[in-house]
Amino acid sequence: MKDTPMSNCERDFILKAIEEKKRLDGRQTYDYRKIKITFGTDYGCCFVDLGQTRVMAQVSCELVVPKENRPNEGIMFFNLELFPSPLVYPLQSELSVKLNRQLERCLRNSKCIDTESLCVVSGEKVWQIRVDVHTLNNDGNLMDAASVAAIGALCHFRRPDVSIQGEEVTVVSQPGPTRRGFIVRCLHHSIFFFLTFLLVDPCEREERVMDGLLMIAMNKHREICSIQSSGGIMLLKEQASRLELADSSLDNYQKDLKAGGRCGFAESMPQERITALKTDQTAVEMTDVSETASSIVQTAVAPPQTVPSPSVPVPGVGQVGEGLRNTWGLEEEEEEEEDVEMDVVEILDSDEEEEEVVILYPETTKKPK
Amino acid sequence: MAGLELLSDQGYRLDGRKSTELRKVQARMGVFAQADGSAYLEQGNTKALAVVYGPHEMRGSRSRALHDRAVINCQYSMATFSTAERKRRPHGDRKSTEMSLHLKQTFEAAVMTQLFPRSQIDIYVKILQSDGGNYSVCVNAATLAVIDAGIPMRDYVCACTVGFVDETPLADLCYAEESGGVSSLALALLPRGGQIALVQMDARLHQDHLGTLIEAAMTACKCVSKVLDEVVRQHLQETSVLSRE
Repeated sequence: MKDTPMSNCERDFILKAIEEKKRLDGRQTYDYRKIKITFGTDYGCCFVDLGQTRVMAQVSCELVVPKENRPNEGIMFFNLELFPSPLVYPLQSELSVKLNRQLERCLRNSKCIDTESLCVVSGEKVWQIRVDVHTLNNDGNLMDAASVAAIGALCHFRRPDVSIQGEEVTVVSQPGPTRRGFIVRCLHHSIFFFLTFLLVDPCEREERVMDGLLMIAMNKHREICSIQSSGGIMLLKEQASRLELADSSLDNYQKDLKAGGRCGFAESMPQERITALKTDQTAVEMTDVSETASSIVQTAVAPPQTVPSPSVPVPGVGQVGEGLRNTWGLEEEEEEEEDVEMDVVEILDSDEEEEEVVILYPETTKKPK
Repeated sequence: MAGLELLSDQGYRLDGRKSTELRKVQARMGVFAQADGSAYLEQGNTKALAVVYGPHEMRGSRSRALHDRAVINCQYSMATFSTAERKRRPHGDRKSTEMSLHLKQTFEAAVMTQLFPRSQIDIYVKILQSDGGNYSVCVNAATLAVIDAGIPMRDYVCACTVGFVDETPLADLCYAEESGGVSSLALALLPRGGQIALVQMDARLHQDHLGTLIEAAMTACKCVSKVLDEVVRQHLQETSVLSRE
């Protein structure tokens, strides 16, 4: 299935708006979207929401034999998986390779992780840290979200204790709040440019229209860890001056990351609550559907307090939870009839606390298909 | 850092060069008769062979043809004997794919693809011996090959890898310098307009030094462009002399 090509008028509209320093979602040219970092209950699990872009990273470790030419250094392994998208196969794999390599270069070559501290027995046993990043939703700027998620996961991760008795190395405990082995320092920043206009943190629409991108990764010591430009031609002076932008955003990121790290447990609690939630069975009659629907539409503005009811924006797709305004699959103009609310939800209680069976009966919407 | 001193007190590098000196560049164009364009380029000990086919009709999926310009298809591979240890996977691994994408991006910026809608240009580059600066040598060799194929370009595309040691930028790194933990920056430039087609840097570098490093890279690229220009003119003289007979 091919990706829907972008229409010329949409492209022109976006370019014209950028010329006037306006962006699709009302941001300034150098504004970042709201970033939300949450940690899961497992150590080393991190979710990042950059606007609508969602990325998840998970860190795991195991003891392996080190490489021959580096006997006292641990091994880092990065992997990024793209959520299946309607992109045609060669483009998808190109994007995957690009993101993988950029992530690897940024985090590995910049030596933000101290690999020597991963050594257990020199020449025999070292820790191999594996970072798996999965992109869950692509709404532009996957690279930033992925790198923040990877670093967040690494910060959150705790490796198990080992005890060495002579030749034997035994893993003593499950991953617990023991001391962290690595020093993670690197943060990321991407700048995208259109002709002569520079934008920061584009959404997916803007990404399609852009001429090229410049990706700069910096750490808090004001050192540049990696620069990568792709697409387009750019002039020299522009580049150097943009680094100042990077600095200001760095501080924001640092704060977010630290805040996320401190309340790691607290952040993960709401997530558990949603999956374990039980609500009363709500039986909705099919007969007076239109009245119910119109009444819900009128009161649709107020966000739900406790339980967000699963919504069906498009038949066959379910969404649980609040987030930003969900425009997945729908144009932004159709705000009135959009968003669901015309669904029937029946949540069955099951014996196990973890599982929850949710049956959605999507209503026939008012919009003509 | 390792024991090797990358820059001595007198300003000499491991191979005796000064910090701004490039390695010796030797090149030949028109190496293969069957291909539309080909070139062989040596920069010090790094040897690369570039071959260009096109512009020709879109092969494979016609649906990927662009209606207003040509598609550039690049493939980068290293010979198994090019490195100190036998290379087990010459192409198809992530590094090679990334290099191919970079080459593609570089040449899409330089080649006038608007003149050949719905067609495809293939650029294949093979490294025969790798001694540092792989990307730059590939770009230089591919430029010559594209010129040999007669495909119009906006300007020469010249690339150079520079490193930063002891507050001094070193132009055109060799393998020992690259693997010595030096922060290296690869830059592809269109010299006449001073436009940068690609910039790539790994390893840590303080942001204050970035400006000097890029300046050094641009100067080095301009020197490379002079050499390439010389090569092209000489090749043209040789072939036109032969055809005049």
